[in-house]
Amino acid sequence: MSEALLSVNGLTLGYDHATEAVKGVSLEVREGSVVSLIGANGAGKTTILRGLSGLIRPRAGSVWFRGQDITGLPAHRIAALGVVQVPEGRQVFANMTIAENLRMGAWLLNDAAEEARRREAVLARFPRLAERLGQQAGLLSGGEQQMLAMGRAMMADPRMLLLDEPSMGLAPLFVEEIFRIIEDLKKEGRTILLVEQNAQAALDIADHAYVLQSGRIELSGPAAEIARNEKVVAAYLGG
Amino acid sequence: MLAQQLVNGLVVGSIYALFALGFTLMFGVLGVINLTYGFYLSIGAFLALFATQHGVSIWLALPFAALACGAIAVVVDGLLLTPLRRAKAPELASLMVTLGATLLLYSLANAALSTDIRRFPPSVIDGSAIDLLGVRVTLTQCLIVGSAGALVAALLWLMNGSRLGMGLRALAERPDTAALMGVNAGALVRLVSMISGGLAGACGVLIGLNYNAIQPYMGEVMMLKGFAVIILGGLGDIRGALVAGLIIGLLETLTAGYVASSVKDAVGFALLVLTLWIRPSGLFGRIAVKRA
Repeated sequence: MSEALLSVNGLTLGYDHATEAVKGVSLEVREGSVVSLIGANGAGKTTILRGLSGLIRPRAGSVWFRGQDITGLPAHRIAALGVVQVPEGRQVFANMTIAENLRMGAWLLNDAAEEARRREAVLARFPRLAERLGQQAGLLSGGEQQMLAMGRAMMADPRMLLLDEPSMGLAPLFVEEIFRIIEDLKKEGRTILLVEQNAQAALDIADHAYVLQSGRIELSGPAAEIARNEKVVAAYLGG
Repeated sequence: MLAQQLVNGLVVGSIYALFALGFTLMFGVLGVINLTYGFYLSIGAFLALFATQHGVSIWLALPFAALACGAIAVVVDGLLLTPLRRAKAPELASLMVTLGATLLLYSLANAALSTDIRRFPPSVIDGSAIDLLGVRVTLTQCLIVGSAGALVAALLWLMNGSRLGMGLRALAERPDTAALMGVNAGALVRLVSMISGGLAGACGVLIGLNYNAIQPYMGEVMMLKGFAVIILGGLGDIRGALVAGLIIGLLETLTAGYVASSVKDAVGFALLVLTLWIRPSGLFGRIAVKRA
């Protein structure tokens, strides 16, 4: 068995003492692969990503990244290891300019030349952002904010991208564009863990998939197989 | 006469502005209402007093008092507020905890220092004055406005012109997302506590110099005025704190000069009430919009 880039074992997470939103989840993401995590609203998808990024501390279980135990590390340390999240709802810094949002993505980078190089690459990928670098990010449309959030994450040159519902609430044209960008990132060999409600698109793009239900993994396997599974078709693909 | 009053008002206003800036920074970035803030002002004044009584120059005593108050603020925040922040407690919790701490700290200071009004050694207060277009400006007043102006400029540059300030603004707006970008929130929280505690301490020294009267409760009086400044300017807004501080300082001085000095302290609170009636979000505020 080849080493996974990210390996999660029996992860249990919750927000208060009484309830556990995620119960003993195990999953793996290999280097250079796209893994999709699908499931209904409230299944615990976002909670898992928050746990992986260190925004909430695991109750039980462990998280390993590149062979290193990162369980319970604070968020800024996990970011420093190259695990970068594009959070649900974009979470751009609305009171700051687009240029500043991008600079925030490179917060840990102390190399102006490298930062400029990455910025050029991001602006080439998202030309809409290049036109309005000085504008307040809060003035952008939802789709543009999603691009900014992804561009901001790319400024960190991540070893692993965690994408939380990148297509949520976007117009169909933007949804297509976002998935085209994820496809490009995949071709470039980026490792991506994708959380999506748009199960069809998420399974189309992924190598491997996990189906989450009520905080537990119900099903996992190659994405193409999951997409043919009768239960998945009935529950998530509108079949 | 008017010109003289305006100069005196500018001196007081610059201290108010500086004081309100430190509080605004604390509230804006840390998201807590920290009532112990006023206490650092008292401590700063006393530290500078003791230092100058031991022959230290006021130019050294001022940064020393500011640094010491900053360090105290870091410790207080770490002990009282960091646990609340971690638990994502509501703002009222920080208000209550720091109210209790403030009462305790003041009564300790009162017991240790007594409420007698103390004065700087005569050598510290430079009564010599320069004549500026017919207006008498003492060298002490120059020191106050100069220090306050330099600190305000430094703070504005930090927040709007530096990379660190960008990180602080990001942390203020979205703490979780800032952490996802690699911002070490704990370190920046300590830095902000250090800066705002330091600003309060520096204000204590400057207020002490301006009125040449130092006693333990001076920070409490200032805290109430600080609230008036902050509400008028708009809670959490740096420009607002700056402008409102100058306005209240000027109006107080003019009231003392042309009406009666006994009503000058009412000016700030009258403006506070008026602001809450007419424009609750203050001159530049966004808070009310956010809450709507």
